[in-house]
Amino acid sequence: MGIEFRRVTKTYPDGTRAVGDFSLVVPSHSLTVLLGSSGSGKTTLLRMVNRMVDPTSGQVLIDDADVAAEAPVALRRRIGYVMQHSGLLPHRRVIDNVATVPRLNGASRREARERAAELLAVVGLDPSLGSRYPGQLSGGQQQRVGVARALAGDPNILLMDEPFGSVDPLVRIELQRELKRIHTELRKTIIFVTHDIDEALTLGDQIVVLRPGGEIAQTGAPPEIVENPRDDFVAQFLGVAGGRRSLRATVRDDGGLSISDSTGRPLGILEALPSKAPGSLPGG
Amino acid sequence: MNHLSEAVRWLLDAATWSGPTGLGVRTVEHLQYTLVAVLLSAAIALPIGLAIGHFGRGKNVAVAGTGVVRALPTLGLLTLVALFTGLGLTAPMVAFITLAVPSIIAGAYSGVESVDPRVVDAARAQGMNGWQTLLTVQIPLGLPLIIGGIRLAVLQVVGTATIAAYVGAGGLGVPLFLGLRTNDYPLLLAASLVVIALAIVLDGAFDLAQRLIRRLPGFA
Repeated sequence: MGIEFRRVTKTYPDGTRAVGDFSLVVPSHSLTVLLGSSGSGKTTLLRMVNRMVDPTSGQVLIDDADVAAEAPVALRRRIGYVMQHSGLLPHRRVIDNVATVPRLNGASRREARERAAELLAVVGLDPSLGSRYPGQLSGGQQQRVGVARALAGDPNILLMDEPFGSVDPLVRIELQRELKRIHTELRKTIIFVTHDIDEALTLGDQIVVLRPGGEIAQTGAPPEIVENPRDDFVAQFLGVAGGRRSLRATVRDDGGLSISDSTGRPLGILEALPSKAPGSLPGG
Repeated sequence: MNHLSEAVRWLLDAATWSGPTGLGVRTVEHLQYTLVAVLLSAAIALPIGLAIGHFGRGKNVAVAGTGVVRALPTLGLLTLVALFTGLGLTAPMVAFITLAVPSIIAGAYSGVESVDPRVVDAARAQGMNGWQTLLTVQIPLGLPLIIGGIRLAVLQVVGTATIAAYVGAGGLGVPLFLGLRTNDYPLLLAASLVVIALAIVLDGAFDLAQRLIRRLPGFA
């Protein structure tokens, strides 16, 4: 299921322009990352897809149908939404939180809970956690519940607004890995908003780098963007210009290669050389 | 002190409470007035307060309006309405409702506003419509403050319900005004003590209810 932004703008009543003339095609089954700092309009763009925000001008289309033609409530029930602070209902058990959308769609409590229990397993949670309340879960577990809830209505589209932004780095990496697995298995079209460059490079099939004011600085697959940042803004944002992505190899005592960036920060060990290696390694 | 001990002795006499004009009947009347007045007030005020909280609009109007209404002297309002409706329960009820409505409105919108906006946003984003958001998210999570408004209203009405006797209705105002007119201070004091006791008991019951709700999961 593809999503298309067609010359979308958003200006708030106080005159703030959040998004200016934004056009983008999000291919079906892809994971597209909207990457930008705060004020880049990325959340606003995301929320236009399920009509939590309506554009001032332009159109958002899902499978060539303008979302403006569909009632917001019905639209939202067929699009999964995960937010930074899990947004779980604190007074409802985890299982009933996950069962929210099936219940809204008319499933019986029993059916909805069965479905919810399956989804807890899909996101890697022990179904016994279902009887707990969100406040009794860790931040990482809550985010998993948030993902399970978004998947419960079996949507074709998943919108994720910095879903892993408030969990610690180790858990974040674990959640990113799980998301990749879920994306591979379920083949949902995912739009993922983040300001974390490494997260974008880890997850994205397509990365859209945004400038303040909701304009596209560059769109491309992760290697394209790292190798060929279109301008200084993208280079700065990715850390290419700052040297964070200019890597050097040094020969270790055992003959292996150790990799660091140009600031001297060690990054890791080189495990494999390309079969057609360049003649000489810079800085070696 | 003499009056007080006499009042207490009178209250402890079983005969005081029995009979068609005994203190028992007056207390029941008093509670009935309070109950009916608060129920009618809630029927008016809860929808208004919840709507203000849910839509985030009209709060300024409500604050200004309730400020004006609260400034009305209850006894003056009672007398004024009684001029039109005559003696009986109508005028006191109008006065009590006028007294109770602002507190319930304020409690209701404060309760709805107190709910974490991110939780409400998430509920909408999952596809809850306005009613579903209100009924399953905003009201349950705002309940402590909503009940707080009703608690305040009950206390105001139970304390003021004595003035029903001023225009010929019943309640604990009957012995109170009788004591006042006949300089029977122990009687006046005894009736006041019962009103105070009712207020304390009702307040305690609401306090308990609020505590129990706050101990439910999800109310940090």
